[in-house]
Amino acid sequence: MADLRSEFAGIKSPNPFWLASAPPTDKEYNVRRAYEAGWGGVVWKTLGEAGPPVVNVSGPRYGAIWGADRRLLGLNNIELITDRPLEVNLREIKQVKRDYPDRALVVSLMVPCEEEPWKNILKAVEETEADGVELNFGCPHGMAERGMGSAVGQVPEYIEMVTRWVKQHSRMPCIVKLTPNITNILYPAEAAKRGGADAVSLINTINSITSVNLDTFTPEPTIDGLGAHGGYCGPAVKPIALNMVAEIARSANTAGLPISGIGGITTWRDAAEFMALGAGNVQVCTAAMTYGFKVVQEMISGLSQWMDEHGIASVDEVVGRAVPKVKDWKDLNLNYVTKAVIDEDLCIKCGRCYAACEDTSHQAIEMGEDRTFRVKDEECVACNLCVNVCPVESCITMKELPLGAVDPRTGRKVEPYANWTTHPNNTAAVQG
Amino acid sequence: MPNDQSTPGIVAGRLSADQIARNFGDLHPPLDDHEARVAADRCYFCHDAPCMTACPTSIDIPLFIRQIATGTAESAARTIFEQNILGGMCARVCPTETLCEEACVRNDAECQPVQIGRLQRYATDKLMAKDKHPFTRATATGKRVAVVGAGPAGLACAHRLAMKGHDVTIFDGRTKGGGLNEFGIAAYKAPGNFAQAELDWLLGIGGISVEYGKRLGDGLSLDHLQKGHDAVFLGIGLAGVNALAVNGSHDGLAAAVDWIAALRQSGGKTDVAVGRDVVVIGGGMTAIDAAVQARLLGAETVTIAYRRDKAAMAASEFEQDLATSKGVRILYNVAPKSLGKDGITLARTATRGGKLVETGETLTLPADQILRAIGQTLEGAPGVLKIDGGKIAVDASGRTSVTGVWAGGDCATGGEDLTVTAVAEGRDAAEDIHISLTGGV
Repeated sequence: MADLRSEFAGIKSPNPFWLASAPPTDKEYNVRRAYEAGWGGVVWKTLGEAGPPVVNVSGPRYGAIWGADRRLLGLNNIELITDRPLEVNLREIKQVKRDYPDRALVVSLMVPCEEEPWKNILKAVEETEADGVELNFGCPHGMAERGMGSAVGQVPEYIEMVTRWVKQHSRMPCIVKLTPNITNILYPAEAAKRGGADAVSLINTINSITSVNLDTFTPEPTIDGLGAHGGYCGPAVKPIALNMVAEIARSANTAGLPISGIGGITTWRDAAEFMALGAGNVQVCTAAMTYGFKVVQEMISGLSQWMDEHGIASVDEVVGRAVPKVKDWKDLNLNYVTKAVIDEDLCIKCGRCYAACEDTSHQAIEMGEDRTFRVKDEECVACNLCVNVCPVESCITMKELPLGAVDPRTGRKVEPYANWTTHPNNTAAVQG
Repeated sequence: MPNDQSTPGIVAGRLSADQIARNFGDLHPPLDDHEARVAADRCYFCHDAPCMTACPTSIDIPLFIRQIATGTAESAARTIFEQNILGGMCARVCPTETLCEEACVRNDAECQPVQIGRLQRYATDKLMAKDKHPFTRATATGKRVAVVGAGPAGLACAHRLAMKGHDVTIFDGRTKGGGLNEFGIAAYKAPGNFAQAELDWLLGIGGISVEYGKRLGDGLSLDHLQKGHDAVFLGIGLAGVNALAVNGSHDGLAAAVDWIAALRQSGGKTDVAVGRDVVVIGGGMTAIDAAVQARLLGAETVTIAYRRDKAAMAASEFEQDLATSKGVRILYNVAPKSLGKDGITLARTATRGGKLVETGETLTLPADQILRAIGQTLEGAPGVLKIDGGKIAVDASGRTSVTGVWAGGDCATGGEDLTVTAVAEGRDAAEDIHISLTGGV
């Protein structure tokens, strides 16, 4: 059986599945249930300064988009950081950590961009004996309007400054949580590293309006006839998050910086993909909010089975395994040629590949009298759209042409690897 | 003492009124909003969809299902009604398992088609509940068309003609319209007096008047109709019933269509008499409908006796399964031989050298009611019309051998004898009548 034990930025947990700082981790009751269900760690919902607690709306806090059968694909929230008194949260954190010493317990923090408030709250958190802190530079709604959350995460200089304060005033591991609402994730990640961060976590939620009510002309979720953008998360954001994780993992300036992967992780497979792209562990929220804490059991069993099947003994062997395969477009092999192949035995004759190719692509599929569909190799550019729209898995596949074979579309032989940097059409190419 | 299932003879009230009401409830209950959304999600929106090709009225099924999926059931209903104004009834009575749903690619994917029939009902029910007719008439043309028969073919024809601006008079021999929708199909397929509600809704287009109690040869002649109208459409169905040519007699022998018609006209069905031991002769939909409804009324034993094998049966496998699930026994390869006082003797048959022959073996079933459902025949067709294979000969546009006279539905050649086919034929004849009356304008 694979060893799922994880050590992330010096913090140990029995498995790499943590609950992200969010509504599921707002109080002792939930966190105890999470640990009992099997979660390896928890990032406690973001604490703010001492004093009057944050106030939340009492109308809807969430909006959603759904796929078939109302499967939740994307969730948006306008909930702020914890609205419970700081001392209550601290007391509960201490109690829970004492009762679950083997589980990771990290405390998320968000206070104004001044040294004193950070110094004060770090001291208070240290007394709970929590395992570390996560700096919430990511929440894009509400708190950002007050100069916190993503308002900090969008300014690399602030990230560096606050991270430095945290490392100065605390011995605890410091994870910097990044916002995806930026143009290039590397700048905030580099800033966190410069400030001395032990790790980064990403992505936080994405600015979003999930829908508009067409009867009232109000954005959802609607609070008394008005709406504000919220933070988008859930399965729909996973591809965005995967790319940002990979960018940090493969950049020379940030390579080796531990990454806690977040963004739409719903199954063990999602988690494994994040880890393969460089995440040392993962954080989950929407899947738990959709299905309850029990989902972690599938994540644990699935990751174990997959690791066993692939002879992978520990999670560290997974981390970063796909990173060397992530490149720039210019590095891709322009001499690589594939052709779509339709398996007539698997085909159910829906014709979606035909409609997609005929209407929107390269007219490379022909439809026979009896609704048999065949790829015209002389037209197929291997765009993969037919594969993507086919409702039957593995019915349409891409077949690679071997070296030396003639591509019926171009009439040219398949040559060895060559990319754009040396392509004759590239006026900036380095000619050999 | 009240009657029960074991009471001998042909009597009413074998089951309680409550039980009968439950038995005659919807065979397929309507989908609610959530069920419809889930069902609609399964449609792949196929290119040149096979279901659409399989529909005799060529309803754009992928489009209407997508319209349901996106929360616009009323638009979905318009898509349906534009092709098939009796889409509400067809959603209930079509043998979808041999039409659209049989063609659904989901059968290949997971042996379970999209529930096209039920989705069609969901959409059409929504729009019909609006109580506002969805179509408006074109500018009046001043042309007058006579439609004989207020069944599916006649109604579809009349509606399309009225929509085009023509004035239509429908003549029907009964006291009520709807044809087989009202008098023929099984009660549990269209409960709640749906056939009449649909008829009233259809007439909401305007420009159609209906005269009941008038049939060809009985106060109505083709010659007279032609003189008073610019065109005539005949949708007179098959009013005759084949006789059972066997020796002997039986007091409980009746035509299944008559028994079903009486049953359909009964409100609570508690007054409909049924035998304790019922034998239904035949292998089509009428036989199934009679047998199932006999069981639902409380007949103790109901047997369908069909002279050929299972594969040859006109009723679909789905219908055969429905019958057996209701406790009907189906005997294949048995042909009526003779009738006696208390039962019927059947000869076992076999197909040898392509011919159906009696094997020499017989069996006798006790029966206090025998319903014959061995086919209907054309009756009352004007003698001037060319008849082909027992039906009024028509071309692809529904034109008969007499200029100015069209025909469609069960009485005419072409297509299966189904409601949906009749609708298509009535509609297409109307389009052709319109072209001939207006020169295609």
